[in-house]
Amino acid sequence: MIDSYQAVEEAARNSWGRLLAFLSARCKDLAAAEDALGDAFRSALETWPRTGVPDKPEAWLLVAARRKLIDAARHRQVHEEATPALIAITDVALQMADSAEIFPDERLKLLFVCSHPAIDEAARTSLMLQVVMGLDAARIASAFLVKPSAMGQRLSRAKTRIRVTGLRFELPGATDLPGRLDAVLEAIYAAYGSGWDDVAGADQRRKGLAKEAIDLGRLLLQLMPGEPEVHGLLALMLHCEARRDARRSDSGAYIPLSEQDVALWSGAMIQEAERLLGSAAQFGRIGHFQLEAAIQSVHAHRAQTGSTDWESIARMYEGLVRIAPTIGALVGRAAAEAESSGAETALGLLEEIPIQSVETYQPYWALSAHLLKRMRRFNEARTAFTRAIGLCEDSAMREFLIRQTP
Amino acid sequence: MKYMLMFYLNQTEFDSRTDPKTRDAFWGSFMPYVKAIKDAGIFAGGAGLEPPDTATTLRVIDGKRLVQDGPFAETKEQLGGYFLIDVPDLDAALDWAARYPAGPGGGVEVRPAMTGPAEG
Repeated sequence: MIDSYQAVEEAARNSWGRLLAFLSARCKDLAAAEDALGDAFRSALETWPRTGVPDKPEAWLLVAARRKLIDAARHRQVHEEATPALIAITDVALQMADSAEIFPDERLKLLFVCSHPAIDEAARTSLMLQVVMGLDAARIASAFLVKPSAMGQRLSRAKTRIRVTGLRFELPGATDLPGRLDAVLEAIYAAYGSGWDDVAGADQRRKGLAKEAIDLGRLLLQLMPGEPEVHGLLALMLHCEARRDARRSDSGAYIPLSEQDVALWSGAMIQEAERLLGSAAQFGRIGHFQLEAAIQSVHAHRAQTGSTDWESIARMYEGLVRIAPTIGALVGRAAAEAESSGAETALGLLEEIPIQSVETYQPYWALSAHLLKRMRRFNEARTAFTRAIGLCEDSAMREFLIRQTP
Repeated sequence: MKYMLMFYLNQTEFDSRTDPKTRDAFWGSFMPYVKAIKDAGIFAGGAGLEPPDTATTLRVIDGKRLVQDGPFAETKEQLGGYFLIDVPDLDAALDWAARYPAGPGGGVEVRPAMTGPAEG
């Protein structure tokens, strides 16, 4: 069959996370389950071109993975202990092969294990991208500016930790849920990029895996529809993503949010984001993702009204800073205040931020530069522009700032 | 921990540093980068290098000196400059490498400096 490679690829895209969640929840060993599943997909690539794609590719893959798991367990002589779990896997696989039953989706457990407090925070997002989305370590390493071999080690250390500390593949109880859920949300948002605040032309680094993050956000919403912050996170990512095409001119030049052509914004994504914000509001439990999405929603309204309601944005940042005083939120608030109350107030807010925490935070320097220029303090502005340019990772942004330098 | 950031340039990029049409753009991007590194207090040395056609390579083969015009190895990209920076770890070094305003075709190699007897 000509398309069997494509079939394997499609099965991988659709089933990798679900099969891995199912296997690892039963054998309690993420790395072993991943190896076994990887082998199963390799067998599929060898077998399916000859035999055709099976009716139930997932059942086929599960049986193949189970065989590899038993071999591996024998090898490590943990046979006895693991046997009941492995038999259970077989039963489910056989049942599935004979019935129309839908394969259970246990990816939520996987998301929670990946962002467990026992896992190094720096590894959580990468672990999630690898085990739930099936991304390879090299690609994750490039997205997050980490040496690929170091990323591989970081991921395998995290998996060992899950096995050795015996982390359970289950959902947290009601008391732990808010904190544990926030870790899941943060890990997904970190995959989106370090934010798209678009404060006063201070675009952020363009790293991250936006599409994969949005897919994860959608998955989480599907699995946890009753949590408003899950709606908020997806709304935030969609609002930011809606502006992707408007951020650069045809020649690749950077265009700040206030000058973007709203016709280039994706109406469909904005609508979806607005619906999500609406559904989040029904729960009456505000959180920082909902607030950040609401700020982006006000920006999106410019497409209808032609102007930006900076006072509302400033108020929302006020609230955001109260519940989540991150550097990004503090700089965002200052940018909003610059529009609603003036450059001097904004600069005062920037000066309240401890300088050590913003030494290499590019948006801080870009905003300072713009404010000082507006206040006609040109010498100081030039110094700040130089700093912002020197800290830039993105060439379009760099050129934009060079052009803006007085 | 010290890391060397080595900037590799192709001929077009070497030329862009001195070509009257492009040099302002090149240095306009590069000097703020140098300043950011110095302002961050991590600068431990560095220099820009003249193009590879100015290089002289010396080898000693069987006790005999062989002096040649040109760089050590003929490759499309050649070392155009370097920084030695003192940062906590490789991740931080890579963050600084990512800020290098590379032209098309250029790249940065990041390598840890040896510690111990060879340490300067």
